[in-house]
Amino acid sequence: MRYALGKLGTFLVTMFLVSALTFVAFAVIPGDPATAKLGTEATPEQLEALRQEMGLNEPLPVRYLKWVAGFFSGDLGTSYKYNTPVGELLGPKLRVTLALSLMSFFLIVVIALPVGLFAAGVENKTVLGIGSAVNQLLMAVPPFFTGIILTWVFSLTLHLFIHGDFPSMDSNLPGALHYLFYAAVAIAIPRIAMTVRMMKSTADGEEKKDYVRTVYSKGAAKSLVMAGHILKNAVPPIVSFLAQTLAEIIAASIVVEQVFAIPGLGRFLVSSISGRDYPVVEAIVVIIAFWVVLAGTLADLINLAIDPRLRKGDKR
Amino acid sequence: MKKVLCLALALCLLFAVLSGCKKTDNEESYFTVAIAQDLDDTLDPHLVVAAGTKEVMFNVFEGLLKPTPEGNLVPAVCSSYTVDGTKYTFTLRDGIKFHNGRPVTAEDVVYSITRCRDGGYVSAFSNISEVKGEGNTVTITLKEPMVEFAAYLTCAIIPRDYADQATAPIGTGPYKFVSRSAQENVILQAFDDYWGAKPKIRNIRLRIIENGDSLLMSLKSGAVDMASHLTSTQVKGLGDGFDIVQGNMNLVQALYLNNVRAPFDDIRVRQALSYAIDKHEIINHVFDGYGSPLGSSMYPAFSKYFLPELTDYYKTDVQKARDLLKEAGYENLSFRITVPSNYQPHMDTATVIVEQLKRAGINASIEPVEWETWVSRVYSGRDFETTVVGFDASTMTARALLERFGSANGKNFIGYKSEKYDELLKKALAEYDDAKQTEYFKAMERDLTENAANVYIQDLADLVAVRKGVSGVRFYPIYVLDLSGLEYEGK
Repeated sequence: MRYALGKLGTFLVTMFLVSALTFVAFAVIPGDPATAKLGTEATPEQLEALRQEMGLNEPLPVRYLKWVAGFFSGDLGTSYKYNTPVGELLGPKLRVTLALSLMSFFLIVVIALPVGLFAAGVENKTVLGIGSAVNQLLMAVPPFFTGIILTWVFSLTLHLFIHGDFPSMDSNLPGALHYLFYAAVAIAIPRIAMTVRMMKSTADGEEKKDYVRTVYSKGAAKSLVMAGHILKNAVPPIVSFLAQTLAEIIAASIVVEQVFAIPGLGRFLVSSISGRDYPVVEAIVVIIAFWVVLAGTLADLINLAIDPRLRKGDKR
Repeated sequence: MKKVLCLALALCLLFAVLSGCKKTDNEESYFTVAIAQDLDDTLDPHLVVAAGTKEVMFNVFEGLLKPTPEGNLVPAVCSSYTVDGTKYTFTLRDGIKFHNGRPVTAEDVVYSITRCRDGGYVSAFSNISEVKGEGNTVTITLKEPMVEFAAYLTCAIIPRDYADQATAPIGTGPYKFVSRSAQENVILQAFDDYWGAKPKIRNIRLRIIENGDSLLMSLKSGAVDMASHLTSTQVKGLGDGFDIVQGNMNLVQALYLNNVRAPFDDIRVRQALSYAIDKHEIINHVFDGYGSPLGSSMYPAFSKYFLPELTDYYKTDVQKARDLLKEAGYENLSFRITVPSNYQPHMDTATVIVEQLKRAGINASIEPVEWETWVSRVYSGRDFETTVVGFDASTMTARALLERFGSANGKNFIGYKSEKYDELLKKALAEYDDAKQTEYFKAMERDLTENAANVYIQDLADLVAVRKGVSGVRFYPIYVLDLSGLEYEGK
């Protein structure tokens, strides 16, 4: 209970800091929404009138509080640029990015865990050498580059999908998911490599510990030691690592959405920042912060469930 | 056994996803045009400012008059008009309708013109003393005669009783607006009741693709049929599925100089820069020879006003540049060039300029800034030394390009100050005779060149790639993307 309350507190403080910092950041960087909207032909009078209309002349704390109040009453404001309610604009984008992120995460878990397990048991020097070289290479490939390669192979050569023709999720869901699949692969590849390496080094670390030597000395078979003892202890760090990955996927999707011309949150965030469209940026930042905090909390809860040592702290 | 089953199921699922993409034929076919900026502005034609939005909405809206590719103005919403001194009389076109099917009436025209005048959206309209509509006739009376008044009548005519112009606009143009999905696409459809030649291509989808790599791949993959404003490098990578059509961007690209800040307040320094920078080398090296060199704030599409002899007024001469700097006392000149970094052509140009200036012993450095920062700091705040950008004309008049350098003009961000120029501008604006006015505008161009107000470079080439088998790309003296002339060959 206390743990849950503590988590909730951390969550609220994080959300407050993130949203407030975004507000401050916008006040500090040059350029304001009024000039962004009216451009080079505007007269000072028109600019002033628009600033008044947008409420930009009010002090920063007042603007922030108004935004918070609106947020809690379900009103995210209206986009300065599109003249459309933010919620209406973000809904479809959120769906796309959520699908992309979950698909990437699914690929990472489904591929990295078995490969990592396998790698943990490998002792052959040559295999290890080649494996780690390949791993290093995959880790270093930036998603935008993988994206171009994937397009080259699967779109321009094999014609499996049409790059740049993202189908609408409403009318053609399988098509949209199929398109997202390639982007998800581009995001997943370096992270699969990282997860595998992380699992390998955790397993290796555990293997050197005293308890493992004791189990071996009792005559247990290698596979049994691996499955019954080493892995059990290696799980919490892996869960934490995967939670961090879940958060990082969002960052990667910003880049990959550009490369694949996917209308998602990340691409929308970039264009809204350069257009100084605060209401949209605030909403996206809050969504992303929520996602990151959620991933961390989930990891904590899972670890708590599988590792009794962590639970003791709660009783004190 | 269980494992094998699981694996088989997973593979089936993957295959299902992979094969789910076969094109569904029940969709109507679209001709897809890629655009680099979203129409993320209001779509109300009187309030819109983004050049990228105006460029596309040219297909949706029309004024009493509309421009032709040749640079003339022809009747659109009106079928004919007469000018009698300060009185303009328009006869509305018979049977012309808005996209919602309602006939255009004289009241709609009066509403549109009055709205632009009262809102200050078209500054020249402040000269209108009266707009009257009666039957199918509209009369506009001016306070003072104005030669180029007709050019402003391209101002869009919209229905007076419609409230959603900002998000679901309605006009009289060849295409009607269907929908907009932020960051995704904009759909246009041919207007069946259009008064003029009906567009040959019925459905147009504008896809927003900001990323240059993605744009190229989308053209190659077949997702996009046409894209404009390409660079020469992009065009080279396209292969032979496309025809490349070349026009001009219709903007004045220059190294704009802050004329009020030392050392650029010294004409010798400005001239030295003009002698040191070789515009032909820039065009040849960075733009593969595509681009029209300029010598003043006027581009060739305005053939009536363009003075080709100004282009090489300052023939590249490094020694002369050095001498002028020495004379002015700025031998070790160093300064910053602020460039909006999202415009690759400007960045590339600035990079070459820096190298060229080194030959004359000038040490320039590039300061890349975001576009919004450029607008607020360089343009509105006038806090800069030099900058590379391009300016276009908002209407089809020489005035749109030249008026901004009048010393009292709010848009004179370089702080240009020439008494002769102000005098000429005043005369030009007051002149009723077209030939005389043209002479004044030409004299103003000469004044800018002689005083080396800026280092003029070029009008960038506009390279358009269109899928083979489609023709009808048209270029205008202003920044518009006319889709109504496109057609499939042999159909």
